Amino acid sequence: MKHEADMSVKKISLYVALTLGALVFAYPFVWMAMATFKPELELGGLALVPTHWTLDSYRRVVETVPIGRAFLNSLFVVVCVTTAALVFGSMAAYSLSLLRWRGRDMTFNVILFTMMVPFMVLLIPLYTLVVKFGWTDSYTGLVVPFMMNATAVLILRQSFMTLPRDLLEAARIDGCGDLRMLFTIVWPLSLPALVTAGIIVFIGNWNEVLWPILVVRKETWMTMPQMVALFSVGGGAYGRLGPQLAAAFLLGLPVILAYLVFQKHFISSLASTGLKG
Amino acid sequence: MSPQEAPSIPRSLSPSRMGPTFWKRSSERRNGILMVAPYALHLGLFFGYPLLFAFVLVFQRWDIVTPMHFVGGKNLVRVFQDDLFVRSVLNTGLFLAIHIPLQIAFALFFAELLNQKLAGRRFFRTIYFLPVVVSGVVVTILFQQLFSFETGYVNAVLTALGGQRVPWLVSPKWAMPSIALMATWKNVGFYVILFLAGLQNIPTSLYEVAYLEGATTWQRWRYVTLPLLNPMMVTVVVLSTIGGFSLFIEPYILTGGGPLDSSLSALLYIYNQAFYFNHMGYAATLGLLFALIIFLVVTLQRRFVETREQ
Repeated sequence: MKHEADMSVKKISLYVALTLGALVFAYPFVWMAMATFKPELELGGLALVPTHWTLDSYRRVVETVPIGRAFLNSLFVVVCVTTAALVFGSMAAYSLSLLRWRGRDMTFNVILFTMMVPFMVLLIPLYTLVVKFGWTDSYTGLVVPFMMNATAVLILRQSFMTLPRDLLEAARIDGCGDLRMLFTIVWPLSLPALVTAGIIVFIGNWNEVLWPILVVRKETWMTMPQMVALFSVGGGAYGRLGPQLAAAFLLGLPVILAYLVFQKHFISSLASTGLKG
Repeated sequence: MSPQEAPSIPRSLSPSRMGPTFWKRSSERRNGILMVAPYALHLGLFFGYPLLFAFVLVFQRWDIVTPMHFVGGKNLVRVFQDDLFVRSVLNTGLFLAIHIPLQIAFALFFAELLNQKLAGRRFFRTIYFLPVVVSGVVVTILFQQLFSFETGYVNAVLTALGGQRVPWLVSPKWAMPSIALMATWKNVGFYVILFLAGLQNIPTSLYEVAYLEGATTWQRWRYVTLPLLNPMMVTVVVLSTIGGFSLFIEPYILTGGGPLDSSLSALLYIYNQAFYFNHMGYAATLGLLFALIIFLVVTLQRRFVETREQ
């Protein structure tokens, strides 16, 4: 009996600790969502629900910066980058796992090496290269340098190596070429790896802010995180916190919604970058 | 299927000779190279060239507009006279010194909680991971409000509890610790998942043996959990160090590196050199040296944290 009582005490304290943790991680976002509907004067208080609901903060954002355009820019850039990373990445992964040719392993080692060089080494020379190409203030400058992703190659190659050889060989005998093999047979069999690699590239690129801040200076081409960051520091919000929170919330909401729907995929994908490293 | 049953198939393609020989066709080498070619060309242009060019830039003065100017070792000499760069590296070090221990402690704590057999584990895991997926820009702007001296939520809670307001972002003493706290809050969920995976790899039989031998909870944790978690601990320390060294957007938004340069991170300083002063050669030099510092720190950490296989 005493043992059982101990158990339930232990269980209750576990739940209390877990719930406190959940509040610490989730409540700020809930508070933020509500705060975007508060008038500026109410922001200082502890209350969650606004006493006077207002859309002023959002109105200020929309009137000051082309936030819709920034959203579409981000979406376009991220979709291009992710598609390219998956298409070219899986072509490379296919060649590096299912075909045999001299220099293959060395090529793979070079790709692994690129993952070990911190981005800050490349940042300045890459920036000067993009300037030389005249790609500043353009989609090209935001997309092209990131069209290939070594993490995606690594994940896809790992997955391709586990595919049943018999099936691929049967298709080969039927005269299936390598590209058709990749996209009609290998891809459908590797959906989990494609989703994992896709999420990693998508989230990484959606949240990227240092590179856009460096290569884009005209509002027309700004990505969403860049626009929101510059709106916050650049005086567009006139020092008011409400509009800054509203802009930030517009940036965070799509990712939060996608995450809540596909949370299992998000966690296993993003954690895999650490688990394999 | 044997070659006899399928005579139309050339011997080299026959399924009975699957494996190395099967894949060795005349087109295999060509296709292999063609399919990796887009990636390889891109790698050459956007990784190989910039990497080599970084070493060229070390010896140049270049404002990106007028032609480059060879300056020999001047950029390197200048680094050692540049108090602000040293300051920014030390700031980043302070950030890591606060951020990493906090992160490991909290991540281990929550991973242990989630490793218990409880209903609703997945729900809690989902919540803890939430800040990880959200952009650093969102989190930083949120904390700008939470940490605000006059109207911030945290200070409102502190005064409601009878405490003093803390000058989170406005005092040189508190600015970097505040950023470290925020980064911990944002990233801890990621490391919870890593530690949780590590904990779940420890065979329960080991705990049973320890229990039967009369080990206390603390002893079981100290002599079973911690040693077996070591590989994951190394991963966590290395990953969070590398992540922490790329601290940029948080001070950029929150403090601009201030007050009195107290939260100027190394990457923010490099960015300023390139963006505001057009010192491409010098900024590239700083980038290379900073990467070297990261490499040294991570190597040292591995030496201290990693325990050898018994």
